[in-house]
Amino acid sequence: MSNIQQALQQRILVLDGAMGTMLQQYKFTEEDFRGERFKDYPTPLQGNNDLLSITQPEAIKTIHAKYFEAGADIVETNTFSGTTIAMADYQMEDLVYELNYQSAKIAREVADVFTAKEPHKPRFVAGSIGPTNRTASMSPDVNDPGYRAVTFDELRIAYKQQVEALMDGGVDLLLVETVFDTLNAKAALFAIEEVKEERNMDVPIMLSGTITDASGRTLSGQTAEAFLISVSHIPLLSIGFNCALGANLLQPHLEAIANKTDFAISAHPNAGLPNAFGEYDESPEEMGEQIEEYLKKNLINIIGGCCGTTPEHIKVIAQLAAKYKPREFVIPMEAGIQ
Amino acid sequence: MRLSGLEPLVLNENSNFINVGERTNVAGSRMFLRLIKEERFDEALDVARHQVDGGAQIIDINMDDGLIDGKESMVRFLNLIAAEPDISRVPIMIDSSKWEIIEAGLKVVQGKCVVNSISLKEGEDKFIWEAKQIKRYGAAVVIMAFDEVGQADNYERRLEICKRSYDILVNKVGFPSEDIIFDLNIFPVATGMDEHRRNAIDFIEATRWVRQNLPNVSVSGGVSNVSFSFRGNDGVREAMHSVFLYYAIQAGMNMGIVNPALLEVYDNIPKDLLERVEDVILDRREDATERLLDFAETVKGSKKEAGADLSWRENPVQDRITHALVKGIDAFIIEDVEVARLEAEKPIDVIEGHLMIGMNVVGDLFGAGKMFLPQVVKSARVMKKAVGYLNPFIEAEKGDLQEPVGKVLMATVKGDVHDIGKNIVSVVLACNNYEIVDLGVMVPPERIISEAKLHNVDAIGLSGLITPSLDEMVYLAKEMERQNFSIPLLIGGATTSKAHTAVKIDTQYKNAVVHVNDASRAVTVVGDLLNKKTVNEYVVNLKKDYDEFRTKFLKRGKEKSYISINEARKRKFKIDWETSEILKPKELGIQVLKQLSLKELEPFIDWSPFFRSWDLHGKYPDILTDDVVGEQATIMFKEAQKMIEEIIAKQLLKPRAVFGLFEANTIHHDDISVQKKGKEIAIFRTLRQQLSKREGIPNIALADFIAPKETGKTDYMGAFCVAIFGAQELADSYRKKEDDYNAIMAQAIADRFAEALAEYLHKQVRTKHWGYAADETLSNDDLIKESYKGIRPAPGYPACPDHLEKETIWSLLEVEKIIGVTLTESMAMWPAAAVSGYYFANPEAKYFGLGKITDDQVTDYAVRKGITKEKARKWLHPTIADE
Repeated sequence: MSNIQQALQQRILVLDGAMGTMLQQYKFTEEDFRGERFKDYPTPLQGNNDLLSITQPEAIKTIHAKYFEAGADIVETNTFSGTTIAMADYQMEDLVYELNYQSAKIAREVADVFTAKEPHKPRFVAGSIGPTNRTASMSPDVNDPGYRAVTFDELRIAYKQQVEALMDGGVDLLLVETVFDTLNAKAALFAIEEVKEERNMDVPIMLSGTITDASGRTLSGQTAEAFLISVSHIPLLSIGFNCALGANLLQPHLEAIANKTDFAISAHPNAGLPNAFGEYDESPEEMGEQIEEYLKKNLINIIGGCCGTTPEHIKVIAQLAAKYKPREFVIPMEAGIQ
Repeated sequence: MRLSGLEPLVLNENSNFINVGERTNVAGSRMFLRLIKEERFDEALDVARHQVDGGAQIIDINMDDGLIDGKESMVRFLNLIAAEPDISRVPIMIDSSKWEIIEAGLKVVQGKCVVNSISLKEGEDKFIWEAKQIKRYGAAVVIMAFDEVGQADNYERRLEICKRSYDILVNKVGFPSEDIIFDLNIFPVATGMDEHRRNAIDFIEATRWVRQNLPNVSVSGGVSNVSFSFRGNDGVREAMHSVFLYYAIQAGMNMGIVNPALLEVYDNIPKDLLERVEDVILDRREDATERLLDFAETVKGSKKEAGADLSWRENPVQDRITHALVKGIDAFIIEDVEVARLEAEKPIDVIEGHLMIGMNVVGDLFGAGKMFLPQVVKSARVMKKAVGYLNPFIEAEKGDLQEPVGKVLMATVKGDVHDIGKNIVSVVLACNNYEIVDLGVMVPPERIISEAKLHNVDAIGLSGLITPSLDEMVYLAKEMERQNFSIPLLIGGATTSKAHTAVKIDTQYKNAVVHVNDASRAVTVVGDLLNKKTVNEYVVNLKKDYDEFRTKFLKRGKEKSYISINEARKRKFKIDWETSEILKPKELGIQVLKQLSLKELEPFIDWSPFFRSWDLHGKYPDILTDDVVGEQATIMFKEAQKMIEEIIAKQLLKPRAVFGLFEANTIHHDDISVQKKGKEIAIFRTLRQQLSKREGIPNIALADFIAPKETGKTDYMGAFCVAIFGAQELADSYRKKEDDYNAIMAQAIADRFAEALAEYLHKQVRTKHWGYAADETLSNDDLIKESYKGIRPAPGYPACPDHLEKETIWSLLEVEKIIGVTLTESMAMWPAAAVSGYYFANPEAKYFGLGKITDDQVTDYAVRKGITKEKARKWLHPTIADE
């Protein structure tokens, strides 16, 4: 059993909050994004948050530290878009290994400092694996529903590269998140299995889907339970949902899967729904109240925040989580491969 | 096994047979091959859609043909299916003998699919590698009974190959055993060759062995193969398929490819044919094949669908429309209405002319008792469809839409969830050209009032099934009076009565209040109330009638005499506890029945109330041959069967049940203390009859059936709650298609299933879980007649009318947490198709009606229960004498 599995048996673990929201406060300019190294890069780079791990590493470090201080057990690496597919927008495909490696290393260093300070509360680093900006089971062209902008194999190869770099950089676990197309997630899982087999080592996997609206389905049309079934062939550390919805609206979907799986359950909802300006303005206390409903219902093993959440939110959530028992679950075992 | 498309498909021990659609298979369907070859993918998608609509729960897709690029066609077709939610909601079975096609398919499907198939044909290494890949892609797999030597064609070889495949998959690959499906090869019988004689029975027996010895796996097969030698004789083939399935499913075959069009109902196979087919399938006699061949000659041409009589299609358009409305046939109505529209000056004329003429015939026949409620609801369905078609034309002309003759608001009152009766009345009124404002169920009074004002309705109809709803109706009548309403108030629902309406509601509202408990009366009553010429006289007579009824009723009530509660306790029902046998239940505590199957419940259905909900009166099965309603009852019964078949096939309704058996003793005469290891965990409060009776006739309370504490004996009792989930969703899906008939049917069926589940569970408890009647052999008829030992009375019903006791059951059994049934503020259960109650096992326990009770017991009850007397009165008042 890995350390995180042990910790998960004992208490509800707290995941960090949003990276993007925190970075916005720095108001980085195009120049800041470029730094010295990419001064003359041919494409605009503002908005490429993953790149900041290389050009503004201190900011990333500070944000990780703030979340750990707020009580997070796990921080996510700054690698949500760290695949060749997503980096194509900035023509930075060749940089993918370095981006992931550096991001993992930064988070690792911060986590180790905190663990050394508080050995009773070990801190973990989750390698964040985003959905990319393409969907494998939907056509972007309404006139040609059979067309696909990306294939399973393209995704698998891209994910494999990201996974290798994250593992080399020292992450404790992988977080395949914001899954809006289950086929993309299956490609990521397939890639992870390949890496595990090649390196003959295990790495815990968190998987987190996204229910996009009130229909209760993923963007690719699956119900919460169908999504669960489609990814349960891999022994996951946890399954859950993040993004798109606030905590209260996410609850029914968590309930829909909680009694149908033995995996641990995770959630990192948004701080409510965006207001007219696209900003999230749910206060830590408002969000905490809703999160406490999960805890009261004994729904959760891992809890954190997505868009709009800050260290203040995570602090409230961590204080609440400490008061409740985790949901019972089964530690997944790789079925007897010889 | 758990599979998924856009929606989940879960197979477990008690799931019904899973039907795999196979028309999207180029090897099996020439038409499909041609569509793919000519790249007519839209039509190919229609084939898939048709399969899913027809009930296929998985669709098998096969592109193995020398003339097409199998890999490319598979990917293209699967990508197209992904864009069609009505198809991709079901899981996909990727069917190919070529690994590259299978893998290409696995890479484009997001859900958990089934690979069909791999085998040991080319050795272990390839088998292991493929299985590992499939696992990594997240799919289940069909394993063919095939190895290096060849295909398994007898019992032993099937066992040998399956065992070996299973061991490799589970132990070497780590493949989840529940994701393994064995295809045990179905081969034809009655071919004339001796070595084929055991083909069917070997499959069946091998299936049994596999299901018993290889944990968690499924068994599948293509059924039509078995009757291959009778191609061209569908009568025999249908019989062979159902006999084969009948035995194979019993043996454990849980999925397969079956063409539903080529399947006879097992019970409907003529005895002589059945015998010969069974001889062949089960290899029961030497000359079985010859005998079936001989007999087959006589079966030929007995096509099931003789073709409906369409001679009425020759008649003039008005006759055709009238015929369609009277018979409730919607197949041609658009066509006929279109003809009428082209002939008419304005589209509205078709509604006011052709359709109204037809509906008037319906109305006349209904009024004369020659048409029955279900037929009228079907007529309404046809009418709706026709009007729906015409409305755009009317709007386009900026013409006036048809003017309704009146607006009626319908609602099931606050706290109540029962709406079948309300829905029927709504439909009947709507098809008589009333506009219905249907507010649904659990409607608070403020909303009824505000909506009534908003829509300026001409009448309000209230419905309710449980007793607390009566208070809601009274309250609403008061509110209408206070707010100076003048429109009539209609009262209906199982718990309502003319007496209650006259005594409690009519007195609160000075305008018209009518009790209408019969949908067929609704039209005439509303017609009279809204007719400006006659309404005044009608209301005056109505008020007079209710006044007289009230006076008579109140006088009658006073003639009965009651004894005090203390006196009644002295006259309790006496059981000799020294000799009475008390059997300890096999298992104590709360138990949940998991994996209930609707199929198992079907035989427990009591059909008579089903007909009653449609105003067809009579006892099942006699009602089917009844002179008056027999024909209609038979049609309804068949349609109900069809819907049940679909409900079972698609698992559209979900049964859930929880029950508990506990130690129990009666304390203080009327209370039952429920205990766990001697510690009290709940108290049930029972009510005692107080009617003055002849000497020797006891005044019973349910507590009398449990041994009193002072006897020193530990007795037992139980409690339960069962419910059918999904009825609302199912009804809504019909309503969305403007099909109120099937919507109401679905609710009525769900209610029957809930009652059947209660019956089924009681039997399980008697014979297994409690086990006091382990040797019971009762037919369904006996069950309906309640000839079993022990009783299961329900709170809110005659023996224990206090609905509040449900709260005790809910907390004792954790009903809401365990099976999700909730209670409204009026103690109605949600979902509405639910039953809850107690179990009493004593052989002397019997059903009884409490009758009326008097004030002293109400006071006593309030004190015992720890509630205010006011609250006790509120919940008990229908049973309190002089109230």
